[in-house]
Amino acid sequence: MSVLVDKNTKVICQGFTGGQGTLHSEQAIAYGTQLVGGVTPGKGGSEHLGKPVFDTMREAVETTGATASVIYVPAPFCQDSILEAVDAGIELVVCITEGIPTLDMLKVKAKIDSVGVRLIGPNCPGVITPGECKIGIMPGEIHLPGKVGIVSRSGTLTYEAVKQTTDKGYGQSTCVGIGGDPIPGSHFIDILTLFQDDPATEAIVMVGEIGGTAEEEAAEFIKSNVTKPVVGYIAGVTAPPGKRMGHAGAIIAGGKGTAADKFAALESAGVRTVKSLAEIGEALSEVTGWS
Amino acid sequence: MNLHEYQAKGLFAEYGLPVSEGYAVDTADEAVAAAEKIGGDRWVVKVQVHAGGRGKAGGVKLADSTDEIRAFAEQWIGKNLVTIQTDENGQPVSKIYVESCTDIDTELYLGAVIDRGSRRIVFMASTEGGVEIEQVAEETPEKILRASIDPVVGPQPFQGRELAFKLGLKGSQIRQFTNLFMGLAKLFEDLDCSLLEINPLVITTDGDVHCLDAKVNIDGNALYRQAKLSELHDPSQEDEREAQAAEYNLNYVALDGSIGCMVNGAGLAMGTMDLVKLHGGNPANFLDVGGGATKEAVSEAFKIILSDENVKAVLINIFGGIVSCAIIAEGIIGAVEEVGVEVPVVVRFEGNNAALGRETLDKSGLNIIAAESLTDAAEKAVAAAGGQA
Repeated sequence: MSVLVDKNTKVICQGFTGGQGTLHSEQAIAYGTQLVGGVTPGKGGSEHLGKPVFDTMREAVETTGATASVIYVPAPFCQDSILEAVDAGIELVVCITEGIPTLDMLKVKAKIDSVGVRLIGPNCPGVITPGECKIGIMPGEIHLPGKVGIVSRSGTLTYEAVKQTTDKGYGQSTCVGIGGDPIPGSHFIDILTLFQDDPATEAIVMVGEIGGTAEEEAAEFIKSNVTKPVVGYIAGVTAPPGKRMGHAGAIIAGGKGTAADKFAALESAGVRTVKSLAEIGEALSEVTGWS
Repeated sequence: MNLHEYQAKGLFAEYGLPVSEGYAVDTADEAVAAAEKIGGDRWVVKVQVHAGGRGKAGGVKLADSTDEIRAFAEQWIGKNLVTIQTDENGQPVSKIYVESCTDIDTELYLGAVIDRGSRRIVFMASTEGGVEIEQVAEETPEKILRASIDPVVGPQPFQGRELAFKLGLKGSQIRQFTNLFMGLAKLFEDLDCSLLEINPLVITTDGDVHCLDAKVNIDGNALYRQAKLSELHDPSQEDEREAQAAEYNLNYVALDGSIGCMVNGAGLAMGTMDLVKLHGGNPANFLDVGGGATKEAVSEAFKIILSDENVKAVLINIFGGIVSCAIIAEGIIGAVEEVGVEVPVVVRFEGNNAALGRETLDKSGLNIIAAESLTDAAEKAVAAAGGQA
């Protein structure tokens, strides 16, 4: 078991024939992901990487029966691509692209919530269930099928957590990068809910960062809904207020969104926090009793 | 992207929102000419910088004669203004804004932001105008009124009326405020704002609603469709190194420590800074070289980090996902040779081609310290910079 995706998940790539779409689709296919085709308007009927190319998402979904899509199109076109996937009946949209205007995301989020479609990202590494399905830009080889669910706002920090759980031999059930934007499609709480209900996930690693209050809300949720052990890490203790730290969402504004507040919230919810990101694996051993 | 007050007021005027007649000028002569054009015998002159707290720092003046305006312009144009929101060097003043004087009866606050929790544009209004709104929110949260914009139906006049009545406005002020609310909401959406603030919004002695100040921030990700706004960008108001970094798609933020950091990924870059601090050092900067780091980008990153004379050591932390550590290694070698790096460089590679990357660095014969792990990297960098770790 796993969450969101598994070996049976059929995936369509939006922006399939572009540079990013090609590079990461090749890797996804090599990993064993059931990437059943792609969409590039105007190139329908051709083949790319041995898979069919469609003009529209509707055609792609009707022909292949895909339930998931991954988006690599440039930011100005992402609102359109996400809504096209939603309209075609896709259940899980994973948007990798960084730099989508925030007002676009307000509209997209309202739409996906009203129809019950799940969006992961934007500005994220994607989703992987090790050994089964890789949707996104993460390096497949650092993962190991296993029992830790990982959810994170940052790409490379996810990889650090993955590597430590792989080195320990625990492996990962599913890893979800929810992305570094101020308005993400899915929040920590959405993914924590899935991990709590997933029998294959025995422990959870949650990686947050400064900005917003998603970690505080997650802490409240964990307190009353999550019974599995959780290890938490927050990046940005040394970040100055008022400065955007790379990610559009990583900014301490009006005194809100500091790492200290987030650590405190997680600790009060019984989460085992680590101040050093090198200690995620060690902390997992402690809270689970795994050797 | 931040705008100057005069630019924001120009946009307000285009949307028919109540602002004073005013002109932004570059010289003392133009300042006097602007005052004469406006007419009357009282004006307000304001330095144009991207920072709040201008009034307390002497950057805003009520002038009763054109001589005073000339003196103010000569005092400030070409100088830097230091306020509580700037660093110790302040922000350069290249323009001052001359506008007609408004007689104030009451000061209010009106602002709009994108609220991440509710995923809506949220307007905030308060009777506590002219002071720091964060302070009001902290001390007397009940004095902040809110109206949330539904992304499906957009702003509605009733929301403006409701705020107006709660603010204690009367008569024609209700309609004026509602028009202002609707106009600002339209401006916010049309122009891809991330923040709007009018502090203070005033009721004049004639009883009219009037925008005395205007602050507008634009979503940088939306500038591709806001060509006209892109032209309002004033690079002189930005940190020179941050602007230079942005040209190479690097995210750089200057800090005041001694350990320069070069990392791929924003989260890991923050995590690395935190690790340096945890091991007794202080990071000199945040720097994300991005996912597709090239040799040129690494070279530029080195130049920017080393242009900070406080830097005593550089810590490079790369988790190769998309990017191969071997390519980064070549970039580091090229950069060290080209830039002439004289401080110790500690490198930690993990992930894609990490072993090959380390080997490449070893063979280079350059003075680069390889680290075994994250913790080892932080400890070695702190030691190299002269810390205690």
